[in-house]
Formats: sequence, structure tokens, C-alpha cells
Amino acid sequence: YKINDIAIRDTLTLACTLIVIMLKSKTFVKKTRSGKVMKIVREHYLRDDIWCGSEVCSECKQESGVLQKDACIESNLCSYPHYLIPDTNVVLHQIDVLEDPVIRNVIILQTVLQEVRHRSAPVYKRLKDMLHEKEKHFYTFTNEHHRETFIEREPGESANDRNDRAIRVAAKWYSQHLKTFASHEDGLKVVLLTNDQGNKQKAEESGLLVYKCEEYVKSLIANPELVDRLALSDDDKNEITSAKLLFPEHLPLSRIQAGIKSGCFLQGTFRASRDNYLEATVFVQGEGEDSTEVLIQGLQNLNRAVHQDVVAVQLLPRNEWVAPTSVVLQDEGIAKDDDDNEEEEEKAVTEAARRSTGKIVGIIKRNWRPFCGMLNVSQIKESTRHLFTPADRRIPRIRIETRQASTLAGQRIIVAIDGWPKGSRYPNGHFVRSLGGAGEKETEEEVLLLEHDVPHQAFSQAVLSFLPKMPWAITPEDMVMREDLRQLTVCSVDPPGCTDIDDALHCRDLENGNLEVGVHIADVSHFIRPGNALDKEAASRGTTVYLCGKRIDMVPALLSSDLCSLRSNVERLAFSCIWEMNHDAEILKTRFTKSVINSKASLTYAEAQMRIDDTAKNDDITKSLRGLNKLAKILKQKRIEKGALTLSSIEVRFHMDSETHDPIDLQTKELMETNSMVEEFMLLANISVAQKIYDEFSECALLRKHPAPPPSNYDILLKAAKSKDVEIYTDSAKALADSLDVAKVDGFPYFNTLLRILATRCMMQAVYFCSGMDSDFHHYGLASPIYTHFTSPIRRYADIIVHRLLAVAIGADSTYPELMDKHKQSALCNNLNYRHKMAQYAQRASVAFHTQLFFKSRGILNEDGYILFVKKNAIIVLIPKFGLEGTVFFDTKDKTIPKLVFDEEGPTLNVEQHTFRIFDKVKVTIRLDDSNIQHQKIRMALINPVIPGVSVPVPDVEPQAKKQKLDH
Amino acid sequence: MAGLELLSDQGYRLDGRKATELRKVQARMGVFAQADGSAYLEQGNTKALAVVYGPHEMRGSRSRTLHDRAVINCQYSMATFSTAERKRRPHGDRKSTEMSLHLKQTFEAAVMTQLYPRSQIDIYVKILQSDGGNYSVCVNAATLAVIDAGIPMRDYVCACTVGFVDETPLADLCYAEESGGVSSLALALLPRGGQIALLQMDARLHQDHLETLIEAAMTACKGVSKVLDDVVRQHLQEVSMLTGE
Repeated sequence: YKINDIAIRDTLTLACTLIVIMLKSKTFVKKTRSGKVMKIVREHYLRDDIWCGSEVCSECKQESGVLQKDACIESNLCSYPHYLIPDTNVVLHQIDVLEDPVIRNVIILQTVLQEVRHRSAPVYKRLKDMLHEKEKHFYTFTNEHHRETFIEREPGESANDRNDRAIRVAAKWYSQHLKTFASHEDGLKVVLLTNDQGNKQKAEESGLLVYKCEEYVKSLIANPELVDRLALSDDDKNEITSAKLLFPEHLPLSRIQAGIKSGCFLQGTFRASRDNYLEATVFVQGEGEDSTEVLIQGLQNLNRAVHQDVVAVQLLPRNEWVAPTSVVLQDEGIAKDDDDNEEEEEKAVTEAARRSTGKIVGIIKRNWRPFCGMLNVSQIKESTRHLFTPADRRIPRIRIETRQASTLAGQRIIVAIDGWPKGSRYPNGHFVRSLGGAGEKETEEEVLLLEHDVPHQAFSQAVLSFLPKMPWAITPEDMVMREDLRQLTVCSVDPPGCTDIDDALHCRDLENGNLEVGVHIADVSHFIRPGNALDKEAASRGTTVYLCGKRIDMVPALLSSDLCSLRSNVERLAFSCIWEMNHDAEILKTRFTKSVINSKASLTYAEAQMRIDDTAKNDDITKSLRGLNKLAKILKQKRIEKGALTLSSIEVRFHMDSETHDPIDLQTKELMETNSMVEEFMLLANISVAQKIYDEFSECALLRKHPAPPPSNYDILLKAAKSKDVEIYTDSAKALADSLDVAKVDGFPYFNTLLRILATRCMMQAVYFCSGMDSDFHHYGLASPIYTHFTSPIRRYADIIVHRLLAVAIGADSTYPELMDKHKQSALCNNLNYRHKMAQYAQRASVAFHTQLFFKSRGILNEDGYILFVKKNAIIVLIPKFGLEGTVFFDTKDKTIPKLVFDEEGPTLNVEQHTFRIFDKVKVTIRLDDSNIQHQKIRMALINPVIPGVSVPVPDVEPQAKKQKLDH
Repeated sequence: MAGLELLSDQGYRLDGRKATELRKVQARMGVFAQADGSAYLEQGNTKALAVVYGPHEMRGSRSRTLHDRAVINCQYSMATFSTAERKRRPHGDRKSTEMSLHLKQTFEAAVMTQLYPRSQIDIYVKILQSDGGNYSVCVNAATLAVIDAGIPMRDYVCACTVGFVDETPLADLCYAEESGGVSSLALALLPRGGQIALLQMDARLHQDHLETLIEAAMTACKGVSKVLDDVVRQHLQEVSMLTGE
């Protein structure tokens, strides 16, 4: 921009203060979206009341200084107390260093902050978090509005140069400002950090203390390990790369855009192959359903793209198209062999298998995140450069520089990519932090959270500031819109050890002979107000994630385990859904209200079951429970009649050692009558609420749907059932449910459960959606025309939105624009669906990891199992005892491959003379394969049926297991 | 990158003001000799010219005559060069008509029309440069013009827009702020009695915040009234010096 209007100095009367202010007017031209050029004039006020933020300063009228008086970081270069001023590039590239607790007393200039905001949203967020942290003593100086530090862009000066100059001017101002308070030579100074040679030179000329970031970090006496966190700068990269250019140059963005417009390039998301590092696909999103995938093969064509990057591809001529390979190739780091492999493949390609193939011409947006993985320590002992292998196979190996290789070996570490020069085989990166020893429980948990993108950092100060102040009590204002239900006999029923109780129930007889049933849900939306930091954090987390023995909360613990948890004998705010029902469980009246309740008991499922069964007990709680149980049974019956599915998947529970938290036993979860009692009423509440909010807000109700699966999904189920001469009908949910109910085979009691497990695999994912954006609302699994989530606002964000909608619908709360915007809500739904999916994966990964730990301590086990699927070269076996699924391969590398005949119709697999069918009973041996420490696996091998050359002899189990136990 | 950061953590807005600070207001009265009253007012980069004729006999259709008070006739227009892109139609479009109506309502509440039955007062306002807060700048300019014309009013009418960002009310929005998706509210106040002459808001806002927003708008309007009062007194001094000698 250019500043053309010159200042008028004046005294202004402002609404509350009288300040001397200079007025400038900024003029700049901007290109609008339609391509027109527009001139924009903006006012720019310069002020005298912006303070320096130092404790030392007596001139500035600040309340308390952020920057400390004795700002000491021990350094060879600066022996005096000093404040740091990093320039934009230092902040952008060395944010990992700045985040270290050692680095304190840093001045972030507004110029820098704005540039960072403009260039990288994630770094900006991290910088903001640091600015909020009190211990870091980071101060933002609004130099662009300070009268003495504001500068105008000179004719011919680029925007970057102006900003660099602005930074220097501000640094100069600081050094002179602080000098007036320094009592002696070694008083406070400011140190400018920049990596730009030109900038550094100019700063030195104007008498500033200036260092390169590397120089400074290396000079720190107390913290040599910080050096590893330095991102490699351009100079260093040149050292590493050889003279040979390995990759073609990326095209500049302008040419890519032109190419996409003219149609010679396609834009898409790069998806690396898990199995073959030389192959990838680019997913090109077309109009509507019309999306294509472009195959990319070979190192040159992949051209430094990393999984998830947004890239531009150019299609190769048709005669160069290839078919995807079926070979598993893992990058072992020997670049020479690559070319040979490719040629071999090309010969084998048949015409039909060829697919559109392309090459990457440029990167539109990098989607690099910090990656978890392990270090491959270099063979050369003194070397400081090492390769890092990420846990995710789709990410290439990364070269990093570290001096602590020996300590990092065997640890899980996080590494960030800094860049990928065209002469380098691997991207360059830097070490961020260590998560701990590989295979350790805490470390692996952290890894699986990071890899599944589960936000699990502690809540930031900004978020916590929106929590209610303790001690908290219900105030008369809270009571205005609420019904007082404290006298009701409300109780909660949950799994043992549950601290986030979000639902409670009651049931009582009315005078007219009917029953009143109430579901009371924690009123989380009372505490989480729309739009504040707490709300935003919860919306981004989307759901609480339950791992084995650990919970990653969506809202801070004060809410989840205390204020919102409907514990017994405390007053809690609730959102109640109250029905009047007759004894046939028909709803006569439905009412929603915000309320205050006082739960009389928090029971576990088992305790509640005991109360119901114990005929001697006749107190109010028990009576209420019996009433609920009776109604629940009728409700369930009705639901099943309508065609709701009861599918089964084996859920396992680990018995944890109370001290080490290691799993000592594994048990499949058992279900009691009370489980289904609570579930029935939750379903009923959800359906009632869904109907209400949809009636009220037909455009923006947040609902949940479960689409019916396409008929082809059922193929495997039908074939499997047919093999046992059982007919399964899949025309409707009702037909499926009924035919599953009658599907029984004599002498095979587990058959039905297996069939239900298979049926579960055929289902689609249930998803959240906004009613204004979709027309199909049906929930297939529950056989309900409409459904939503209302009953768990402590652990699901969708419920909070539903609470808000319902509160508006009954006039208990006011609305806000985002709530009524169907596009915004649709975007929110996408995030929630993503988070739920990831949480589920993380949960499964956690179970898998604990299963591994369990088998590690048990040694080798022999168990009975059933065949769940038959594949071309393997069978998948389910061990009901552990709810564990494993694959038995018949074509392992080191053994001679037996004769395999696969018949897709059965499906059956002939191995030598034995035929495997679905549901066959087999005996397998289970052990943990920890040969690859990053990817530990449960291995299964066949014992029975005995097939020579395939099955293994029965291993001697018992003594080994005992010995293992003695060791511990 | 997401839009502009309207309020930084340090409490500064895009142009360097704090949340409650107004833009620089500059004004002159009696800019034209032929009209009965006139004023020119700048609020930051928004500049407006107001001219008042009357009270005089009803012109045009006599049927609009009111027998107990004067009719106020307002016309709002924007100069073709007032915005970044040249405006095609300076007045008479839907927006201008609405604005004229709002001005009329505001001044009917402030001018003591019952003193002039069967007559008419014309207020013409033109925006010369637009940078947010057009309505408030017009009201403020027109107030000065009405005073210049010597028409009795109950009080100064002062107007100000207020927006709501990050739980903080921002006084006197500039165009960048107005177009940045802020829920804004315009308020015209008779500051001495604290009566509201006009309150207009067509954005969505949480009901809980309305009160704080109105509170902030009233404080801002009182700030404006202080400036207007100074302008009037200074103008009077100048005029009396001229006529006194």
C-alpha cells in the first residue's frame, strides 16, 4: 500500500479518552474477485499510548510489565539480560524452538504477527497460544500504530522490504527506549533474530544487536538439545543435497492455475499407497459424483508430493498408461534399484488393466503435519544426519539432523518436514519432541492419538477462562426459565467407574393412573455459550474419546466430571424430556423443559439389576426402576416389531492391574437387562427431540441418519448363510431382523452370533447431517423415520447443538446466527462425522494395542476360533473368547506356497486337500510378532485341521505362560 | 486466509482505534449562504453535506399538509464518486429511499414541529465520501444544519453505529468493519434526556448482548454530542464576533 495523505496532528475528543493522535490515510489497490481493480482508502491512526511492556520501564503507563526485569537466557553471545525480537521467517520456521520453555521474554511485533497470520494459520494459532501463556513472557507490541515506529512504504520498496524495515525500526526504538532505563553497560538490550542475510546486514549498520537464529540457539549454554529443533534453513539444505537433480522442478502457482483453467492439469488430493512407496493416486474431485483417480507411478512422477498434499497433475499420453502394481514395496533406502523395478512391471501390464496415469507437476498446498515415528540411526557413528521412518507407511522417510541419535534410538519421536529440495532423495525435517520409549504404554497411546488426529492437548488458558467460577451454586437467575424437579426420585444408571454421568431417569405414577417418565440430561449448553473459546474447542474436538483405561475429554474435567455430571445428592441443572405414558408404553403427552434435579442415587447396571430383582426392596428408587424396566421391555418389543436391528459385535473389556494399568485379563462385555432399559429411554428421548426440533426448524435441525446399505453389501452375508442352508432376506430391515432371528443351525449355538457379526459388517456408517441439506432422514438400524443425538452432551458436541435448538424451540434460550445457518451447520456436521470416525479408529487401535500387551505377557496361546471370511490366500479367524480377529496366511514368504484353489462362489478355499468354508471351526495358536517394533502384530497360525506343510504343531503353552508370569 | 482481524488481542482495531474510540470528527456550519441552514461533517473518511430549507409553506401537493405541526421532508443521496466503484444511481434507489425515511423519522422525533403548523421543513443530505456509518454521519450533519437554520429542536440528535466483535462492542464502525460480517446497530439519541430517536439493526445478535450494545451506542452518541456542541459554540462565537464588530 501507499500512504499519500500526510498527517494532521490534532487533539481529538474520543468517547472516553483524550489522546494525541496522528491521522494517516492508507491507500492501496486491491483486485476483487471478479478481476476488477479497486482502490481502497483506509484510515490509520497513530498513537502515543502504546506501551513497551517491560517491567523496567517507568515512562510507559502500563499496569504491569509482561517482559521481565532480569530476562536471562544463558548464552555465549549475549551475557546481558535481553529481549528477543524474531522476524517473521524466524517465527514461521522456528516455531518449535520458540515454543520451548527456555525461550522467554520475546517481543512479537504486530508486523510479524500479521504476516504470520497471513501465511500460516497453524503457526499463527501456536503463536497466539504462546502469547497467552503467562510463563512465557511473550509481549505483542503494536508497532504499526505507534507514532514513533510506524513507517511508510517508500516508492519502489517491496512489501516484504517495508516489513523488514518496520521490524528494524521497532527494534531500534526498543533499544533506545530501554537504554534510558539501563543503569550501567550491561543493562537490558534487545536482540533481533533474523535468518535473512540482507536484513541482518542492514540491522547491523543501524547499530542493532542482531543474530541468526541458528547462531543464537547454538550459543545457549544450558540447553544444547534445542539445536535439534532448529528447522533447516536454506543454507543447510544446500550442504545436504548432492549436485545431481533427482526431481523435476515444480511449476510456479501462476502457471498451475493457468493450466488448471485451460484443462491441461488436474487438481486433486495426493494419496500415497500404503503398500508400495513408488505408487500413489491423486483423487480428483469432479462435479457432483463425478470424481476420478489418477495413478502416479515412479519416483520422478511422484515428484516430492507427500500424502494428503493438494497437487496439480498432468496426464501422460495414453500409451504410457500403466496398471497399478500388486507388489508390496517398502522403501529400504537403496535408490539404485528403483528403476529396474519399474521396467519389470511395465512388461506385465495388460491392456485392460491400464488406468489413467499422470505425473505431478506442482504442489498447490502442502498438508504437512508433524509425524510420529522412529529414528533409523545412521551406520556412521559420528554422523548427525539420520533417516526417520514415520509410523504411517504412506509418509516418506525424512532426513533429520540430530546430535542425540543414541538417546533417540528406540524412542517414538515427532518430526516435522521443513522442505524437499529437488536434489534430495528424502525430505528434510527437524526433530520436534520425543514421546517416550517405543512399546511403552503411554508412548503408544500418544502415538495413536496423534496418528488419528485426536486433539488431546490440555485445555488452553483461554478455554479454561470460560469455565464457571468455583464454588458454583445455582443462582435465582438460573431458576428463571427452569422447572424445579428436585423433589423427584431421579436416579442414574451407568457402567461402573463412570464419572461423566449425562443422563438420569425417573418414573412415577400419576393420579389419573398413567405413568410419568422423565429423562434428564445434563444441561451442558447452559455452561458452554455459543461462540466463545470453550465452545469452539468443544466443537473442534467433537467427541470425547474413550481409550482403554483413558478418556480424552471434549470439555474440561470441571464440567465433564463435576458440574455437568448428574451425580447423586447434588443439585444439577438438567434438560428434561418428560412423557406421560399409559401402561402399554404409549406416549400420551411429551414435554421438554429446562430443570433442576437432585439425583437420589447413581447406580451401576449391576446394582440397578439387583434392586429390580430383589423382591424385598420396595423403596421409591426401586419402584421407579421397576416401572422403567417394565416400560422399556414393551418399548423394545415395539421397536423390534417395527424392524429395528439387534446386531452384535463383540466388545472386549480389559481388567486392568490397578497399579501398572497393564491389562491382566480380557473379557467380553456382558449385557444386562438394565443396559437395554437405559438404552430404550435414551432412544425414545432422541426420537422425541428429533421430531420436535425438526418441526420447529425444518431447515437447520441437526439430525442423525443411517442409510440403508446397497443390496450388494449383503452378498457376503447371503453366501455365508447359504453355505449352512439358511435363507436371509434383506429386502427391508424388518425382513433382515426377522430372518436373523430364526437363523439357527442345530449343534452350532454360536452360528447366530457369527451371522449377526457378519451383518454388522454390511452396514453403512450412521452420520450427522443438517435437515436443510438432505431429504433422506431414515435411520435404518433403529427403524426410525427421524433420529438425533440428545442424550450425551458431555461427550458429544452434536448433542450440545441439539440442546441449543431445543432450548430455542421451547423458548428457554435465545438463538444466534450460526445455529440457523444450514451451510455452517453442514460444515460442523462434516467435522463431527470426521471426529467420530477417527475416535472410533483410535478406540479400535487402542483395543488392538492392549490386546497386544495382553498377549505379550501371556506368551503363546492356543484357542478355538471360527472362520469369518475366506480370502484368496488367507482365512480370517474370530476368537470368540477374546473378541479377537486375526488372519492366517497360507502364502508366507519363507515357506513353500501350498496349492491354493479359491472359489468365489462359496466362497471356499482349498489348501492342498482341505477345504475351508465360512463358519468352520478351527484351532489356532496366537502369539505377538514384535519383529517390527513400529508395527507389532498378532500372528495366528493354524493347528487344527492338520494340513501337512501348512499347519503348525501344537506348541507347548502352559510352562511358557507361567514363566512369563513369574518374571513380572 | 480468513478475513481481517477486527479486534486484536491487544485491543486495537484495524485502523488503530480502541473499541470505544470514535473516528476523528470535523465539522463546519453555514457552508452555503443561499440555504437556510447547512453543515459539512466528516467522521473519519465518511463525509457528508447537509442542507436545510424552511420552515416554509407547503410546496407540491397540499394534501400532505398537517394542521398541527410541520411536515419534515428528507432526501438522502450519495454522490456518484462517493464509493470505491462509481455509483450508477445517486438517489432514488431502494436503499436511499429507506435511508430518507429513517432520517425523516429521526428528525420528526427531535424537531419541535408543533411550532410550525401547516408548513414544511426540507432536509437534504448528500454523502460525498462513504466509509461506513453513513446513516449516523447524515444525522449528525443534518443536526448541525437544522441548528444553523435556527429551527428549534428538543436536543441535539446524535447518531452512532456500534458493532459487536469477540464479545466487545466497537464504536463507530468504518467500512472495513461493517463489511467484515459484524452485527451492527445504528442508534440516534437525544443525549440529554437519553431518549432514543431511532434504533436500527438488521443483523442477528444474541439477545443477551443487545443491552450492552445499546449501552455502548449511547456512550458513543454522547461522545458525538460533545463534539457537535463544541462545533456549534465555536460557530456561534465566530458569527457573533463578525456581527458584533
